[in-house]
Amino acid sequence: MTETSTVYSIVLALLFAVAAGLVGSFALMKRMILGADVISHVALPGLGLAFLWHFNPLLGGGAALFLGTLLIWQLQKKESFSTEVAIGVVFAGSVAIGAALTPKEDLVEVFFGKFEQISGFTFLVGVMAVAVIVYFILRFKSALILNLFSPELAAATGIKLNRLNLLFLLAFSLTVLIGLRFMGALLAGALIIIPAATGRRLADSIWMFLFASTLASVLAVGIGFLLNAFVFRNIGLAPTIVMVSTLLFCLSLIRSRT
Amino acid sequence: MTTRSILSVRGLKVHFGSRKVIQNLGFEVEAGDTLAIIGPNGAGKTVLLKALLGLVPYEGEICWSPTVKLGYVPQKIAADRQMPIRVHDLLSAKAHILKLHPRCIETVAAMVGLTPEVLRASIGTISGGQFQKALIAFALLGEPNVLLFDEPTASLDELAEERVYDIVEQLQREQHLTVILVSHDLSIVYRAANKVLCVSKDLVCFGPPREVLTPAALEAMYSAPPQYYLHRHGKEPDQPGKAAGHD
Repeated sequence: MTETSTVYSIVLALLFAVAAGLVGSFALMKRMILGADVISHVALPGLGLAFLWHFNPLLGGGAALFLGTLLIWQLQKKESFSTEVAIGVVFAGSVAIGAALTPKEDLVEVFFGKFEQISGFTFLVGVMAVAVIVYFILRFKSALILNLFSPELAAATGIKLNRLNLLFLLAFSLTVLIGLRFMGALLAGALIIIPAATGRRLADSIWMFLFASTLASVLAVGIGFLLNAFVFRNIGLAPTIVMVSTLLFCLSLIRSRT
Repeated sequence: MTTRSILSVRGLKVHFGSRKVIQNLGFEVEAGDTLAIIGPNGAGKTVLLKALLGLVPYEGEICWSPTVKLGYVPQKIAADRQMPIRVHDLLSAKAHILKLHPRCIETVAAMVGLTPEVLRASIGTISGGQFQKALIAFALLGEPNVLLFDEPTASLDELAEERVYDIVEQLQREQHLTVILVSHDLSIVYRAANKVLCVSKDLVCFGPPREVLTPAALEAMYSAPPQYYLHRHGKEPDQPGKAAGHD
């Protein structure tokens, strides 16, 4: 437990907030924002196995999320289910399997996360994952905007929608995965949802929206860390961050809509 | 395919599961043509356009000339109008994907008469006519030589409808475009099209409007007596009795 690894944890959490703000903005416009809440639960069977067999929970959670994402994508593509139906089905099964597999004493940690120092290697992997997510959003922003506006027009413009939807789902799941350890399966999705809702209240253009969501997310994590370290020491980190995020959303309600 | 032919369709069939939407359709379009596709509800007009665009699976042959660049104006956009997307964001997204110079956006906006104020406006706040102009501007990005319109004026009032068709005619004159449009309004067909394709499960007629739109053909297509059809010239106001048929 060193000071450096604490810094790694905080920096990675702030980077997660950037990814969550960007991905959340598009998820909100795609009307799959609740998917963030739900998809984090898809990691539960993997987390459960990791706690049961004592291996890195991120590996277990990541594998479960990846398989779950592929399953959701296939259900959408092959069976023409909407995203929410596909996520809903996979979610319910995952929660049941996860709850059955996870040892009772680890359930709280799995659900609500735990702040812990991370190694340089985990930090590097996390930074790379955030870089991939930010690159994806910036590289495919035009395709994502057209797909939001009209999938038909997007297809007529030459965009491969299946590939784009899969990549977005993977970016979405990867974002959840980065936040999974310190936010927990129950609250990892909250930083995708709430800052995006805050940003939407404050923005009238797509760039302003992306910026405001990201800022709201980073502020929630930053202020959450400070409050948890100096004021609310007995409250978990994830609930503190989510409460700050909710407060920022409430403040955004003061602004009248144009 | 003849030398002037820009599109050749032969034996086209489209079905969704067991439901046959288009059966054995064939026609040719030459460069500079304005082809109007007409037909009753559910005849497969929109599906035909989507098949031409490669957006739905089909059997048979759709052969576009290799020089073709398509622009498409859809019938309806089910977009959430509350999204924080401005008209300029939309055009700039397509320009970015096609790697066009950002100046192209101003060029197409000027072609259809979109003002800078409308370009800056959110898609949720502009009128139906402005929205339609934005979609036409969107289709014109990338300098297409064939424009496909699906009921381009379906949700517009008469004045806005006239403006849209003025734009289409002007574009065709100035840009030498080939236009394929789905319309339920026979007066538009007479005014704008030099060829008409009537679809009603199977090919009913194909050729110049005044030759093929006979009362018998119209009755066969709409399963209604021909006196329901009232021909309208030029820019005269709408009369009751337009042949109906949205898809």
